[in-house]
Amino acid sequence: MTKPAATPEPYTTVIGLEVHVQLQTNTKLFCGCSTKFGAPPNTQVCPVCLGLPGSLPVMNRAAFQLAMKAALALECRIAPFTKWDRKNYFYPDLPKGYQISQFDLPFSSDGWLEVVDPKGAFARKVGIIRVHLEEDAGKSMHDEAAGTADTRIDLNRAGTPLCEIVTQPDLRSPQEARAWLNELKLLLVYLGVSDCNMQEGSLRVDANVNLHIPCPDGSVAKTPIVEIKNMNSFRSVERALIYEAARQYDEWQATGAELGTTPKQTRGWDDPAGVTRAQRHKEESSDYRYFPDPDLVPVTVSEAEIAAVRASMGAPPTVLRTTLAERWKISAYDADVLVNQGREIVAYFEEVATRVGEGKVASNWLQQDVLRTLNERGEAIAAFPIRPDALADLIGRVQQGDFDTSRGREIFAEVLASGRSVADVVASLGIAAVGDDELIALCRELITANPKIVADVQGGKEQAAAGLIGQAKKKNPNVNPAKVRQTCIDLIKAM
Amino acid sequence: MTLARKDVAKVAMLARLALSDAELDTMTSELSKIVGFVSLLEELDTSAVAPLAHPLDTQNAFRDDVPRPSLTTAEALQSAPHHDGECFLVPAVLGETGAA
Repeated sequence: MTKPAATPEPYTTVIGLEVHVQLQTNTKLFCGCSTKFGAPPNTQVCPVCLGLPGSLPVMNRAAFQLAMKAALALECRIAPFTKWDRKNYFYPDLPKGYQISQFDLPFSSDGWLEVVDPKGAFARKVGIIRVHLEEDAGKSMHDEAAGTADTRIDLNRAGTPLCEIVTQPDLRSPQEARAWLNELKLLLVYLGVSDCNMQEGSLRVDANVNLHIPCPDGSVAKTPIVEIKNMNSFRSVERALIYEAARQYDEWQATGAELGTTPKQTRGWDDPAGVTRAQRHKEESSDYRYFPDPDLVPVTVSEAEIAAVRASMGAPPTVLRTTLAERWKISAYDADVLVNQGREIVAYFEEVATRVGEGKVASNWLQQDVLRTLNERGEAIAAFPIRPDALADLIGRVQQGDFDTSRGREIFAEVLASGRSVADVVASLGIAAVGDDELIALCRELITANPKIVADVQGGKEQAAAGLIGQAKKKNPNVNPAKVRQTCIDLIKAM
Repeated sequence: MTLARKDVAKVAMLARLALSDAELDTMTSELSKIVGFVSLLEELDTSAVAPLAHPLDTQNAFRDDVPRPSLTTAEALQSAPHHDGECFLVPAVLGETGAA
């Protein structure tokens, strides 16, 4: 991957995104076929989604409400009156010869979503032009190796509800675009609007990009806008945009071609090769001859319905970051890490923090131990064997001084490996709390054996006592280092 | 109101109709008559009339998000000119997928 240059580029990269997300419904947008991913080909199809003559679409209420949730979370204005249009084009994965979409009266428009880099590199409020509801197409599968063999069509996906989100060209770097997409995905997953799984195609991104290049005479040259398609991860989006910006700059230096002199170009991202390639220009592809779909009646939305959907939404990630930081007195950075892990992690954290009675220590254990382990095991929090009550039990014992954090980590690992309770593991490892008498006896022994350290501490160098901790742990691994240190200092001072 | 021949050729292309020169002439003349007839409406002042989104005065027809049985694959494929028992088969389509 090309690393961004260390010196700033001699241009501004202007990026707008078009995102399609599949809505998390049980059934398709206009018929009762299941939307479940991964079924054998053409097992979730009916006369409506096959586009058979005489069939009629009926709108899925849940799809409309999920789309409305997304639009409201993106601060869009909901239109009081909206209708559906036919977008006409021929493609074998589109059985009707048209897609039911929204043209001039989308159900929502004029919103925004802000992304703030937690390290302070950027904060960008990105305008949303519109959010509309439409149906997905089917899937074409072509075996390139088989040469001229037929293309196979699976229409299971045809008619799946999609939300199309179109942004203003407000993003200013490939890094911002990736961060913004992460924020959008987080928001939509929090809302339960979509699972946003890019591998399964439930989130797809196209990007429009061009450059604004300041010229010596004070004018700004604008390169022709290119639409990039075929990016299947947010990392690909970032890489494709970095590549494309550099390519446009080279091309502009070579040809001087500016916006408006050539038709808009579409380029496909070739991930293994790490380049964008010009796609065949589809003549008249923009001539979709939209017209209102006579099979679907318009939808009106009242203020009361908007209020009801809004009330069902729950706190979005931006709000949650602030409330979590305030409620549990953790840093904005920690709150960001937890919230970005999703709603389940936040719930887990809050349960641990409530039981322990403190946020910071719960957040540390979550980030350093739980999240790391989940990563290693490739596991979701729902399947994680150490439940919040067990983790809180363990943290509580560390806080009481039964053992120190590093011993706590060993117990954590053992609980994870054995599936036994914290109490069981503590007992079986022979970890018993070291009694005060036992501790004092141990410290006396150490003091007698280390006259040099005693002299140093007496001479005012209390930090010398640290030299005793290692020896104490060797004699009894269960001792609490902080207690050993304090007890030794107290004993020496009393001598 | 008359339509230009090239407009008709474009509409034919968009509809994937291969018209001969003679057919294009006939179509241009016949479609011009239809468009001419409809353009009579332009004589009316519609500036104060809201565009009609739908001829029925009905709104908000919804269904619940409850699955219903689909067709079997065999039923779904039975009228297809070509299929392999699992998928519809069409002549090779390479490159760009449809605009979703």
